[in-house]
Amino acid sequence: MGIPVSECLLKLMAEGYTLDDYRGDIPPRWCTGCGDNGILAAVQRLCRDEQLPPERTVFVSGIGCSSRFPHYMNAYGFHGLHGRALPVAEGIKLRRPDLHVFVSTGDGDCCSIGAAHWIHAIRYNMDMTVLMHDNQIYGLTKKQASPTSPRGVKSNTTPRGTYLDPLNPLSVTLGVANVSFVAQAVDWIPELLYDIISEAYHHKGFSFVRILQRCPEFMPHQFDPWVQNPDKMLLLTHEKGVQLSAGLSKVYRKQEAHDPGDLHRAREIASLSEQIPVGILYRDSDVPCYEDVRMVDRLHTPDVIKGVLEEEFDKFTIWPSE
Amino acid sequence: MDRQTLKEPRQEQVRRARVEKPKAASPRKTGQRRGSRAAAKQAVTLKEHVVEIVSDSGEGAQRCGQSFGSVAARMGNGIWTVEIIPAEIQPPARSIAGASGNRIRVASERVTNGGDEADLVVAFNEQVLLGRYRAKELKPGCIILLEDKWRTDPDAEIAVSYAHVYDELVAEGYKVHEIPMESECVKYVPDPRRGKNMFVLGLLCSIYSLDLEMAREQIRFVFRKKDAKVIDLNLELLGAGHDWAEENLDIKYAIPASKPKDPQIVMNGNTALALGVLASGMEVCAMYPITPATSASHYLSDIFERVGCVVHQAEDEIAACAFAIGASYAGKCAVTITSGPGLSLKQEGIGLAVMSEIPLVVVDVQRGGPSTGQPTKAEQGDLLSACFGGHGDAPKVVMAASTIEDCFYSVIMARKIAETFNMVVMVLTDASLATAQQPFPRPDFNEQWLAPPIDQSAVPEGASPYDWDPRTGLAPRFIPGQPNGMHCLTGLAHDRLSHVAYDPEINQEGIRNRSLKLATFQKTLKAPAIFGDEDGDLLIVGWGSTQGAIEEAVERLRADGKRVSSLHLKFLQPMPSGMKDMFRRFDKVMTVENTWSDSLDSEVFDEDSRRYAGLALLLRARFLVDVDCWGEVKGQSIKPGKIVRAVLERLP
Repeated sequence: MGIPVSECLLKLMAEGYTLDDYRGDIPPRWCTGCGDNGILAAVQRLCRDEQLPPERTVFVSGIGCSSRFPHYMNAYGFHGLHGRALPVAEGIKLRRPDLHVFVSTGDGDCCSIGAAHWIHAIRYNMDMTVLMHDNQIYGLTKKQASPTSPRGVKSNTTPRGTYLDPLNPLSVTLGVANVSFVAQAVDWIPELLYDIISEAYHHKGFSFVRILQRCPEFMPHQFDPWVQNPDKMLLLTHEKGVQLSAGLSKVYRKQEAHDPGDLHRAREIASLSEQIPVGILYRDSDVPCYEDVRMVDRLHTPDVIKGVLEEEFDKFTIWPSE
Repeated sequence: MDRQTLKEPRQEQVRRARVEKPKAASPRKTGQRRGSRAAAKQAVTLKEHVVEIVSDSGEGAQRCGQSFGSVAARMGNGIWTVEIIPAEIQPPARSIAGASGNRIRVASERVTNGGDEADLVVAFNEQVLLGRYRAKELKPGCIILLEDKWRTDPDAEIAVSYAHVYDELVAEGYKVHEIPMESECVKYVPDPRRGKNMFVLGLLCSIYSLDLEMAREQIRFVFRKKDAKVIDLNLELLGAGHDWAEENLDIKYAIPASKPKDPQIVMNGNTALALGVLASGMEVCAMYPITPATSASHYLSDIFERVGCVVHQAEDEIAACAFAIGASYAGKCAVTITSGPGLSLKQEGIGLAVMSEIPLVVVDVQRGGPSTGQPTKAEQGDLLSACFGGHGDAPKVVMAASTIEDCFYSVIMARKIAETFNMVVMVLTDASLATAQQPFPRPDFNEQWLAPPIDQSAVPEGASPYDWDPRTGLAPRFIPGQPNGMHCLTGLAHDRLSHVAYDPEINQEGIRNRSLKLATFQKTLKAPAIFGDEDGDLLIVGWGSTQGAIEEAVERLRADGKRVSSLHLKFLQPMPSGMKDMFRRFDKVMTVENTWSDSLDSEVFDEDSRRYAGLALLLRARFLVDVDCWGEVKGQSIKPGKIVRAVLERLP
């Protein structure tokens, strides 16, 4: 216990960013018990652990409860349009590979109004971490069915229950060309939530994490069967995926050693209806990223621009001497 | 410009009208005269001519017309070329709606628009000719060179149709010359469909006394990516066409040319636009294919990577806009290029850029609307949607390019404005500028066109991202990467810290500052110059691609003693100061716009119900002046002659 003060200070300096450095100047305004709070905590922890410089980190979102996320981070945030977070994030990443890009989107934002962008974002495979907060309901607009609402959910637009089976975001993502990272997490297992987001962050490419997230306001009991009965959960473990702590292993006994390279099995796992799988379903580190594919080894300097302009003008020029 | 100088062109017009009666060979006799005319021909000197070449799609009339225009331009003629484009890629052969080709106005002096109806038409079949005739594109009694192979077509129906159209046009007074294009070309190529166009280029070179060597050079340039065989074949066809005309046609014109003193660029508006993007230093163009804007992106895709930049074809128009916004937000000012329907889809994104003060350049190459409208045709129907298209109060700059040259410089200027004021700048062009070609002085590259590298230095601690200057409404812009600049940009109403504003005063403050910014920008605008006298009976106000036609109409009217002037606006939102004083010096003010406006020709179109054209509406609202308007929506540039007629109806 005899550490001098100067050493303490040095240690503090060396530690760099603390959790506080990632906290926005407004406290989160999500409902008490909202799963988004846990996601925020996991992401702030990740930023701290990875020591991401806040000025080089950008959180992009659309519109919805989950899309308030960037407001609660101390980083650059872009809280844009409903459904359009992904193309905005792509535009940011294309010419700024130095920036760490995260996207927060919800089940309505991603799978409904932004569905076209979602499909194409998977295909572009740009290096970003996408957190799809899936509470299976529209919260901000006060309880309307979302594309991931289970059949029969009563909402303000479906007072007699929804008519259709829900869209499966995991299956959809796994079906798109160039898919490179698909995982599922749940807000009620924070330890795994962190591990999975961390794996997503470390994957170079479009890392899609669907996070099942409780909405205490409009879907208070939606996930009760799974929260209350750990045996209804299927934890995916693998040396190339996430590993479970002894504690978790004890509680969640249903486990599967799933190789994230196995796309076929990943699709089967994604289609499970009774069990909720948690872990890395798929990872392929060899899929090229669009920003790299489109990277041109040419400088963008006045001289180069002038040179190309003059060359092009030459093709269209009538010279007086002709 | 004073009246003296304005009179000059009119006298030339009269002269032109007089010489427009060439002594052409009577068509049925050309064959008999074969070989006997060449030496006797003397060129009739013309001030200008409008020439059209029309064919089925895929027969190369467009290439022929463009080449003809280029050769004339190389010789020093003023030219303006207009593409005649069918809506379909492969419309049925020999169909009236399928006419594909090019219209070239060739003149001694510089021309600023496509002119009036055609003086000479080359048609590859009688149906496409009929299409142009019915569209009233042919000057009464003009010269027609018509492929004659249809007269003896094995399909009796075709032969009858041909004979019928031929007789009808001759009866109408057109000077129709039947040309054995097919039978002449088949001597050189097995499939004359691919080659007739260069034969016709040869014909035209003979008729207009163009330098054949320049035409050869043009062919070598046009086919530079093909092998030597193809070039040789086309050169042969060119020569054949030329020789055939020399031998058999009694039409010979000369349109004196004067070599420009400085190098001139000949390109269309979309090419100029794409080069403007490159010259502006913008690094990202995000787009989605849409006619007639896409050809700009085609060309840009071809050249942009050479300066290390990217054309991103997004999954849709909305994504293209959002992508551009993302790039701009990250410090790489971007452009999105679209056309009417795309603009509608981008409006929400444009509103976001306005709200969050992200610089963005949006180019709208207007086409006929609403809905899918007329994708390949020209119209100026998007002015109000550019100014007010999104929801809520979203002040932005709207400017219009009025010439091909302007397409180049407008983009450079738009980027400057966008980044100086952190604003959205809309640049409007249209289908007529997009595809028209006209020579303009070769630009001298200026490093000032580009922007400095993005600022990545630390922001002073405690600085607010929306620290609106109370006098100008301007705020600094924090770019990701700048330490201390972290904030959450939002499309929600926000305060100076970019915090979501629930306070009514704060919402009002933000809206006021964005409006203030536009007013500040307005203070930088110079009043446009009046074309013609500073006072008179009528002032025509226009914007965009109609400039050339309006000013030519004004010249003609003034030469006729009419007290008419015009004013052409580059900035539609905001508008420069000083215009109301200009309006006061004229008895009447009217706009000429290539868009719909009600004319009082029905019981229910009256002053209470009348819908005005976009600019007229804006001017009436802003200046409380009784601004009249005239326009048409025929999918093409307004002709100067039509403007003259519309104006004459309104003059005392």
